Amino acid sequence: MYTAITDQVDESSHPKSFFYKYIWSQDHKVIAIQYSITAICVGLVALVLSGLMRLQLGFPDSFSFIDPSSYLQFVTMHGMIMVIYLLTALLLGGFGNYLIPLMIGARDMVFPFLNMLSFWTYLLSVIVLMASFFVIGGPTGAGWTLYPPASILEGAPGASNGIVLMLISLAIFIVAFTMGGLNYVTTVLQARTKGMTLMRMPLTIWGIFVATILGLLAFPALLVSAIMMLFDKLIGTSFFMPAILSLGDSVDYSGGSPILFQHLFWFFGHPEVYIVALPAFGMVSDVISTHARKNIFGYRMMVWAIVAIGGLSFVVWAHHMYVSGMNPYFGFFFATTTLIIAVPTAIKVYNWLLTLWRGNIHLTIPMLFAIGFIFTFTHGGLTGLFLGNVVVDLPLSDTYFVVAHFHMVMGVSPIMVLFAALYHWYPKITGRMLNTGLGKIHFWGTFLGTYAIYLPMHYLGFLGVPRRYFAMGETDFIPQSAQTLNAGITISAIIVGLIQLVFIFNAIWSLFKGKMAGDNPWQATTLEWQTSQTPPVHGNWGKNVPIVYRWAYDYSVPGVKDDFIPQNVPQDEVVMLEGNTGNNGENQ
Amino acid sequence: MAIAIVIILLVIASIVFHFISPWWFTEIASNWTAIDTTINITFWITGFVFVAVNGFLAYVVFRYRFNKNRRADYEPENKKLETWLTVITTIGVAALLAPGLVVWGKFVNVPDGADIFEAVGQQWHWSFRLPGKDGKMGRSAVELMSEKNPFGLDPNDPFSQDDILINSNEMHLPINRPVKALLRSKDVLHNFAVPQFRVKMDLVPGLTSYLWFTPTRQGRFELLCEELCGMAHYTMRGYVVVDSAENYQKWLDQQTTFSQSYQAKQADIQLGQQLYGSCAACHGQQAQGNKVLNAPKLAGQSIWYLKRQLSYFKNGARGSHKQDIYGQQMATMAKLLVDDEAITNVAGYINSLSQLSPAPTAANIVSKSQLIKGQKLYNNCAYCHGKLGQGNFNTNAPKLAGQDDWYLKKQLLNYQSNIRGRLKGDIYGNQMLLMSKLLHDETAIDNVIAYIGTLSKPQKPKEVNSL
Repeated sequence: MYTAITDQVDESSHPKSFFYKYIWSQDHKVIAIQYSITAICVGLVALVLSGLMRLQLGFPDSFSFIDPSSYLQFVTMHGMIMVIYLLTALLLGGFGNYLIPLMIGARDMVFPFLNMLSFWTYLLSVIVLMASFFVIGGPTGAGWTLYPPASILEGAPGASNGIVLMLISLAIFIVAFTMGGLNYVTTVLQARTKGMTLMRMPLTIWGIFVATILGLLAFPALLVSAIMMLFDKLIGTSFFMPAILSLGDSVDYSGGSPILFQHLFWFFGHPEVYIVALPAFGMVSDVISTHARKNIFGYRMMVWAIVAIGGLSFVVWAHHMYVSGMNPYFGFFFATTTLIIAVPTAIKVYNWLLTLWRGNIHLTIPMLFAIGFIFTFTHGGLTGLFLGNVVVDLPLSDTYFVVAHFHMVMGVSPIMVLFAALYHWYPKITGRMLNTGLGKIHFWGTFLGTYAIYLPMHYLGFLGVPRRYFAMGETDFIPQSAQTLNAGITISAIIVGLIQLVFIFNAIWSLFKGKMAGDNPWQATTLEWQTSQTPPVHGNWGKNVPIVYRWAYDYSVPGVKDDFIPQNVPQDEVVMLEGNTGNNGENQ
Repeated sequence: MAIAIVIILLVIASIVFHFISPWWFTEIASNWTAIDTTINITFWITGFVFVAVNGFLAYVVFRYRFNKNRRADYEPENKKLETWLTVITTIGVAALLAPGLVVWGKFVNVPDGADIFEAVGQQWHWSFRLPGKDGKMGRSAVELMSEKNPFGLDPNDPFSQDDILINSNEMHLPINRPVKALLRSKDVLHNFAVPQFRVKMDLVPGLTSYLWFTPTRQGRFELLCEELCGMAHYTMRGYVVVDSAENYQKWLDQQTTFSQSYQAKQADIQLGQQLYGSCAACHGQQAQGNKVLNAPKLAGQSIWYLKRQLSYFKNGARGSHKQDIYGQQMATMAKLLVDDEAITNVAGYINSLSQLSPAPTAANIVSKSQLIKGQKLYNNCAYCHGKLGQGNFNTNAPKLAGQDDWYLKKQLLNYQSNIRGRLKGDIYGNQMLLMSKLLHDETAIDNVIAYIGTLSKPQKPKEVNSL
């Protein structure tokens, strides 16, 4: 299984010119960096959009460049960019690409050319999406869920051109994802080095692997719904369009079902939550284990929890549709499956805690972000139990409670992990450490700031403040104090946004001035830290690929001199403490 | 170290915030107290887990912080502990789910004998229908919808005839009677939500969805659309008024049935002309308006809009604000129209008068940049009033093209200062009031009005009537 890929050691085949080495590159690490930088840039656009949105909500009637149309366009583009073009692309295209070959001991992805095409196709999808800011009518303002009929009728902003570009961009993105995804899955299954059994893989790889499978199964649902909606919009089919009026004029549609779109969308949309969450779960497990100097607790349970969550994520989608007008009897089924998914998710949280338990915790920046993640993810997961329980969802659905919940669980939490991962792997990627002082400012600002945004936002939801409202105006049930609260939330949001500049500065500054990292600054066990050069060169391993002798979590093994044993250290090379010949780590 | 303390502080702060937060559920006004109870159970269980998990997290981070003389434990698995945690979690989840499903069972099964009413949504307003004496709703279809038949009822269906149509955003319900709301949309997705009732459901074009509740408290409760339905989504509001049985009956007696409204008389233009005599003194013989007397141009305005405004003036929904001096004058005059028939006739006559282009006033001579700014602002107006300012019955938006600038400005200022739009009985005024706030200063108002001024020029294609 390992021979075909690992035997390729002909370094002369590696390109030398700048263009082929860094631009039109087939090296998974270069592609990963291209993916990451593109995703972070487009994510910054989405961050600015959220700031504009918050300005309107915090200080209504103050900014003449924000009107209801542009507000909805900001909402829509912010959501879609963050979920798809930032989180999915950065976690899988970025970290997936960088870490899979290095952590499983392969020289590259099994289809390097396809991998390169995947990035350029992704870039094309981003360009098409950004183009919608410059067309007549602007980008679509139909909400990130793009629900028809509104999204393709005149009453919504961007219904003439913006929605078309959005759907085309999504279709292109899915093509890019499929090329990358097939590559990741095949690589994990076929290119693991000798000794790297599935049950010795680091949880990062498990998370990315299962998430990619989810993506390959879920994205087609979005692809077909995008194509069907394009047909409805452009050539007059009626997949999602019943006989209706559009601002009073009758339009030439009949017989379609708007709820069909919602089923397709959420059949993709719910697994999408886990496409983002599972790689984050995996990476945070490795960060916690490394920086607590302790083996991950309940490794097998963690793997099965990832697989179980992945499987269950395909049978919970309609919990996004409890009040959609679908047959309400579905509520019983989907509430049950949704709450069942809480069990493996809770197990993961327990196991992270039990990994820290009796560890020797280094409060490094990655560890701070990981601890922050446990807090925010617990909070977001628990509020999910409100919304998943169908009857509790009735008063809370479509209010700010939902906005607060999914930002805690799907915005803040994965981003805490992303930062943990960036601080953790930056030394491997660049050869230099990120600055710790700046990292602390970044962590505290982000952690406390986001909680100040989202904790109170839940309570606006209890009050009944609806989401996607440009302005509340005067109402009987919303007190003036809610406006004060909104202003406070906006100020927190702007602070959090600005704090991110500290990170960007840190990332650029450290690239040139950061402390040299060496090959394994965190004294970690996994293979990516065992390369002979940092950053690793094209082909990763020099002459011989590593051979794996143990699982990924041999930290603080009793009787062993160092508090970690890398995966590629054979049993007889482990240096014992004097006078100890006892157990030395996992020996499968 | 700091992180452990901060986590404890955040947990405490969250609990304190929870108990002192003034932002909490509105006082319930329906039978769904069980929903509130379920939420309380959820709060207790999840609150306990939140405190336990994060308390433990803080303790562990503090207790096992780095110490160079200590080594971490090595414990890959602990079957017994893992099993226990799984079992306890499963029990907790079941304790949340079970009461939830029981209450959901009540929600999906409407009690026998519940009253029914229909809520109809369209961009961006509400209307309602009651089944009438026969207790059955008539058939409706999108193809049948027209200005004369906005609900699209089948005129040949016997069940339609006595259906009671409420062409208003305000619905009344009697207290303590279970009621099933049938939800229907004419165009896109909408959502029927009254925070005090706790329950909500989408309106989906092409099918009828439902929810049910028993109103338990008298009052006037705000109805909100909570499913994004386009640009003016946030203005799609209404009211559900819960009445005592007697007051409900009184209200019901004033409503008209489908057959009454469908067979309503057309305007008699000759009778209207006679009535118009007293209007002409201010509004002019050709209804061309008179700036000196603050009387707007009326000629060519749509009948339905004129009718609505005349009845508003009559019943105080417009012109009753004490700062609205000219409105008060008009309110007095409107009382001269004795009944709805008179209103219809005079509206019909005014509509038949051909519209004149606005008189060239100083404000009409505008710069190109002003027009570009105005057009950008007008994009928001165009959704309802039409790209050419032609007005649209379906969005309740009057014709603007050809209207004099001074009058448009006066009305926009009135909306912005709550003189118009929020008086009792003004159904769609709040919508315009919210929209008027998009014009942040007087320059913006002047710019958009300057642009509207260009819409009345005869070369615009839609204005040309073929012979």
